[in-house]
Amino acid sequence: MRWRDLFGKKGKREGEGPSLRRREMGAVARKADEASLPARQAKDIPEGLVEKCPSCGAILYRKELEANLKVCPRCGYHFPLSAPERIAITFDGGHIFEYDRDLVSDDPLAFPGYREKLAEAQERTGLVEAVVTGEGTIEGFPVVAAVMDGRFIMGSMGSVVGEKVARAAEMARAKRYPFVLFAASGGARMQEGILSLMQMAKTAAAVRRLADAGVLFVSVFTHPTTGGVLASFAGLGDILLAEPGALIGFTGRRIIEQTIREKLPPDFQTAEFLFAHGQLDGIVSREEMRPTLAKLLRLHAVGRRVGGGQ
Amino acid sequence: MANELPFERSLLDLELKIRELKAFMAEKGIDLRDEIERLEARARALAEELYRNLGPWERVLVARHPERPTTLEIVEHVFEDFFELHGERLYGDDPAVVGGIALFEGLPVTVIGHQKGKTTEEQIRRNFGMPHPEGNRKALRLLRQAEKFGRPVITFVNTPGAYPGKGAEERGQGLAIAENLWTMAGLRVPIVTFVVGEGASGGALALAVADRMYMLEYAWFTVISPEGAAALIWRDAKESPRAAEALRLTAQDLHELGVIDAIVPEPLGGAHKDPEAVYGEIRRFLRLALDELLSLPPEDLIERRYRRLRSVGRFSSLFSSVDGDEAAKEEDRHPDGTRS
Repeated sequence: MRWRDLFGKKGKREGEGPSLRRREMGAVARKADEASLPARQAKDIPEGLVEKCPSCGAILYRKELEANLKVCPRCGYHFPLSAPERIAITFDGGHIFEYDRDLVSDDPLAFPGYREKLAEAQERTGLVEAVVTGEGTIEGFPVVAAVMDGRFIMGSMGSVVGEKVARAAEMARAKRYPFVLFAASGGARMQEGILSLMQMAKTAAAVRRLADAGVLFVSVFTHPTTGGVLASFAGLGDILLAEPGALIGFTGRRIIEQTIREKLPPDFQTAEFLFAHGQLDGIVSREEMRPTLAKLLRLHAVGRRVGGGQ
Repeated sequence: MANELPFERSLLDLELKIRELKAFMAEKGIDLRDEIERLEARARALAEELYRNLGPWERVLVARHPERPTTLEIVEHVFEDFFELHGERLYGDDPAVVGGIALFEGLPVTVIGHQKGKTTEEQIRRNFGMPHPEGNRKALRLLRQAEKFGRPVITFVNTPGAYPGKGAEERGQGLAIAENLWTMAGLRVPIVTFVVGEGASGGALALAVADRMYMLEYAWFTVISPEGAAALIWRDAKESPRAAEALRLTAQDLHELGVIDAIVPEPLGGAHKDPEAVYGEIRRFLRLALDELLSLPPEDLIERRYRRLRSVGRFSSLFSSVDGDEAAKEEDRHPDGTRS
């Protein structure tokens, strides 16, 4: 099976490194540094010493850009991050213990070109699917995390993404760890048809149970967070944050423009647009994200709950 | 004929011929009964043949037939004493989503559904059944009200999707849909969904998180419209029939994929050929569903609904091949933690 090969090639085997307890739904224990940035960086960034900012056109030294968390030092443009890069800059030690790394997509509808698309995305990103889930700590506060990767078939949600998110939410509920999501997705994955659509219901139900148990859920919209992911679990955080300039919306701009026969303003569906329309709690720069999450975690960890709060 | 479906052309020609012969016979007093009978038998055989081999795209067209019964017509004939409720108490009343209180065989229920128009004028007023956030929030209000009064909720899905508009985005289309999914997942009263026409994307799903889900024989339901999928894959809306095939969007497909409980049979030629028969079938399935669901305590109901949602999906593990069903069972064997 080619998924197996994918793992074999990298020489990763289950059972290596600090072990998770068996209870963790067959999670593959991973080396602590596996998801850290340096190991992956070479892959994610095109060859060459410089990169051009798509927003202001500045020519930036790659090293300088990376030192600045991939934010353009001139205009503040936030370059999209891969899931491993996001994990590296967000969690203590730059890593999380990953859950459910064994789950891989089938092609349940025998949809034209889907298997090839999956294989290509796996090859190119080194990931198995569009979301990485697991547990880690942020400034010492334990959390269950789900980090999406927009490079993997546009970060779209099929059966595996839905399952991993649902399991992560269930784990957060079981452990009573806050659930932190970094969303980056074009929406539900067309190639799995109705099964993708139903993942919206599944993930929404899982975070509903998390909410009923009184566990915090912080959802961070990164570029882009759209369609069926916004309209399900990602949209259901107790606290909704976004990175500056991120595209956030239900329907794509082009389809809306075709429907209403009208050109939409440039800021339409940006984080700033959503904030102005009362749909976000805050826009948080990449530099401020980790301290902001830590602050929110602290605010939910101290003192006591009154009024029957669990 | 204004509402003819392209694949029915030969059948419609035959029916026209029969009508002409009948008129001719009446006018001239010539006995053509043998000829007419022969043609009628041929028309029946042709219709059976057509509908037995109906492809996914043809089904999409039947589901969109302008004479297909709408939610309000179904509600009128399946329930008694319907009282429509309006508005989400915030912005405006969305005519693309209708809802209210009614009696089903003496039992008070809340009904909610997408509403299409029958005439062009009404279609425009109803926005072709495409909800704005207000429509989904009206549904949300009625869901909570149903919970308050202990009324089962019956939903009817018939929408090409949530409305892709500027105001819809400004007012939080995505978040409104998410809120409905969240609320339906934990609602303490039974929810029964009938997909009665077309169902595309989150706009349709916003009324389709249920304890029992039924689908009319020629209805379709999937993540994107065939036109949308065709534009994405082949950059050409003319490929819609191919996209309809690839998406596996028919009632039969959804039954095989474990998404719906049963297929509600339609008369030959589609629901509009004999709406009364369809209303009868809907009543029969609803009776069946409520008989089972009404006896469950709310906690069991919600738990079963969760298991049901949780089990949808197909994937593999590198360790062994599993589907969602098995994953759910797996969890049942490890009840510590994930469920209290």
